[in-house]
Amino acid sequence: MSEDQGPPLLAMRGIEKSFVGVRVLHGVDLECRAGEVHAVVGENGAGKSTLMKVLAGAHAPDAGEILLDGEPVSFRHAREAQEKGVSIIYQEFNLLPERTVAQNVFLGREPHRGPLVDRRRMDQETAELLRTLEVDDAIRPGTLVGDLPVAQQQAVEIAKALSFDARVLVLDEPTAALSAAEAEVLFGRVRALRERGLAIVYISHRLKEVFELSERVTVLKDGHKVGTVATAEVGTRELVRMMVGRDLDHYYPPRAVPEDFGEARLRVRDASGGMLRDIDLEVRSGEVVGLAGLQGSGRTELARAIFGVEPFEAGEVEVDGESVRIRSPREAIRHRIGFATEDRKAEGIIPIRSVRENGWLGLRALGGRLRRALGLGTGDKVEELSRAVELRARSLEQEVRYLSGGNQQKVVLTKWLALEPRVLIFDEPTRGIDVGAKAGIHDLIRRLAREGLAVLMISSELPEVIGMSDRIVVLRGGEIAGELPAGASEAEIMLLATGEGGAGQPELARQEGS
Amino acid sequence: MSAPAQTGSRAGTLRRLRRSLVGSSAGPIFAALALVVIVSALISAGQGENFFSGSNLRDMLVRSVALGIVAAGQTLVIVGGSLDLSVAYLISVSTIVAATVMGGQAGAIPLGVGAVLAVGAGVGLINGLIITKLRVNAFIATLGTALIMRGALDANFEGASGEVPREFGFLGYGSVGPVPISVIVLLAVVAVVWFLLRSTRFGHRLYAVGGDEETARLSGVRTHRTLIGAHVLCGLGAAITGLFIASRLRAGDPLVGPNGGYDLESIAAVVVGGTALAGGSGGVIGTFGGVLILAVLDNLFNTLEVNAFLKDVLRGVIIIAAVALYALRRRGKA
Repeated sequence: MSEDQGPPLLAMRGIEKSFVGVRVLHGVDLECRAGEVHAVVGENGAGKSTLMKVLAGAHAPDAGEILLDGEPVSFRHAREAQEKGVSIIYQEFNLLPERTVAQNVFLGREPHRGPLVDRRRMDQETAELLRTLEVDDAIRPGTLVGDLPVAQQQAVEIAKALSFDARVLVLDEPTAALSAAEAEVLFGRVRALRERGLAIVYISHRLKEVFELSERVTVLKDGHKVGTVATAEVGTRELVRMMVGRDLDHYYPPRAVPEDFGEARLRVRDASGGMLRDIDLEVRSGEVVGLAGLQGSGRTELARAIFGVEPFEAGEVEVDGESVRIRSPREAIRHRIGFATEDRKAEGIIPIRSVRENGWLGLRALGGRLRRALGLGTGDKVEELSRAVELRARSLEQEVRYLSGGNQQKVVLTKWLALEPRVLIFDEPTRGIDVGAKAGIHDLIRRLAREGLAVLMISSELPEVIGMSDRIVVLRGGEIAGELPAGASEAEIMLLATGEGGAGQPELARQEGS
Repeated sequence: MSAPAQTGSRAGTLRRLRRSLVGSSAGPIFAALALVVIVSALISAGQGENFFSGSNLRDMLVRSVALGIVAAGQTLVIVGGSLDLSVAYLISVSTIVAATVMGGQAGAIPLGVGAVLAVGAGVGLINGLIITKLRVNAFIATLGTALIMRGALDANFEGASGEVPREFGFLGYGSVGPVPISVIVLLAVVAVVWFLLRSTRFGHRLYAVGGDEETARLSGVRTHRTLIGAHVLCGLGAAITGLFIASRLRAGDPLVGPNGGYDLESIAAVVVGGTALAGGSGGVIGTFGGVLILAVLDNLFNTLEVNAFLKDVLRGVIIIAAVALYALRRRGKA
């Protein structure tokens, strides 16, 4: 394969891309040599996924060029990229669970004799690919993909890429759904592919993996390339600074003062269920409690348990001093708990309905009797509330899907505020919301707390947790690892979240959006 | 070797064997069929009748021919994630076309058959084009073409029309030895569809389109062409059923399709046969089992002289129960 001289196997130069007038990539460069693992890191919305979709042929760039072996190429379709040897394995696999491994690997280009699929050859070739990946003992060509665990489905995706004679392989957050042991197996596989001379672009936010695997790192931020550095010549701290950049100066509203705190509104005692064990938690009126932890530590599970989606199996929950049993969201609402979920589009709003209808949704779900019992009027509060949250929409009749992320979140808030909650849970309140609008959401959360609500806020963005919280609760492996006062440092939180010494690599527990 | 590993691999072998035997995991359907057959045989015996008599078996099979052929075609579109509600009226149209083109002349039989097949393929093509190119939901698109055909039939035909020559009766009444020709046709159609789904590139792509259209597209499958092909074949299935019915009636009948309920019943047979309405899984062997189950039940109801209304109620209950069972099994797996 090519040595240090000569053009790199893959080069992307000056890639620009805008979506409906919003510039997502500003002239980004990326190159990857044969036999190199090149990591691409950056925060949510830094443009990593878009860059890879441009490479895959899923998006056409507005400007810039892609070179393979120094030759300019352009892909109009994912299949064209694959045929030129560029394969991407997305976080969401492109596999058919109801079909076999071989059928998936050769989907759309089955070996054939005339119109007939040559199944023997297909199975043989698949078996060979699986053998080169050393997974042939666990995966057989005739196994249904849906019967395989996630790690092995990923191996099937890799086999599929190899069947195209991939020379450039992009792995998009490949360890997001893997256990630690499975991830180790994947690393071995990645190294083996590197030995074979593939150029591997490795997208991850887990810096530990980046240091373990890659030769070089390219850092993206807000659609700009911050820089490309040799992994061996850079430290964690430096890399984090490149990724996070100015974010630390973000303005947060002033925290609560002791006089703001009232009685405990939400109290969870010795609660367990699912992955959660022995949860003790208290949120007072006027308080914002931040809930931090790595991905998979049980943050969202805890919120869902409190809200009755997957209720606790044991333990006690009190709302305003009254012992309650919450076994469904409806019961949570009856006890005046609200939950602004992480996945707004799927769980928070109905995108094709109007602002007014979305705002009404929670109230309408309750019968008149329950509404009276909760002392909720029947009047249309949406207008008033949407003004209170400073919602910006053309009118209340506008469909929510046309609003920005920040305004959609305000619609979710409108929905909950109409139910006059006492406890509000936020899961990633500012995910997918741009920087300017984030401050608006933060102000709102603080204002609600000041008005007497108890707020539990989950976030994987440590600056947000630190900036917003009056107290920080850290989860690890489904248990509460510890509690920190307002203004704790990122290092202190990571220490609790990872359970390692302070020198450990800060593994930013962020899931990557689109 | 530890014991569990051994049994594990043996179970795997069995499963593979079963898969290769029936082309898909159609095992439960045939278990259900066996159960229904045993119950029917016992009840028939109690009534002093022999369920397994040659005439009874032949009768059941011939009754399955019409539904079986439509349902085989319906399986294709449903595997592809679509469906076809126009088959019932297409059957009516086919009987009319057959009877009018043949006009009682034995010499016009080839022309009549060709015309019917062309009409079937044409309607299927139109359905496929509307669904893929105009992006109309399959339910609505085929409901629309069904209504159009109904209107055309109502406007032009009243009661039986045209005449099918005596010689064409072989399809409906002829037999080779003890085996009716229509049953051979049914088995041939099922075999062709089975082969298409299992062994051809078209079949593999159809599963992909029904399983996840985006994944199929990103894998380079021409999704529109595949789905249109399935609709054409489904139309052909309805046309063949129309020929069979015309052969038995000796005439065309504008109401024979809808009266037979072939639209919804073919879909029911497919679904009872284990093909998910969402597409991407299942197969025609299951559909064949589903058709046979419905036929055996019919036979049983007749033996018991269950009245027509109760019959429909029972069939409804059984269809719902079957699909609910699949849903539970699937949830158990997930």
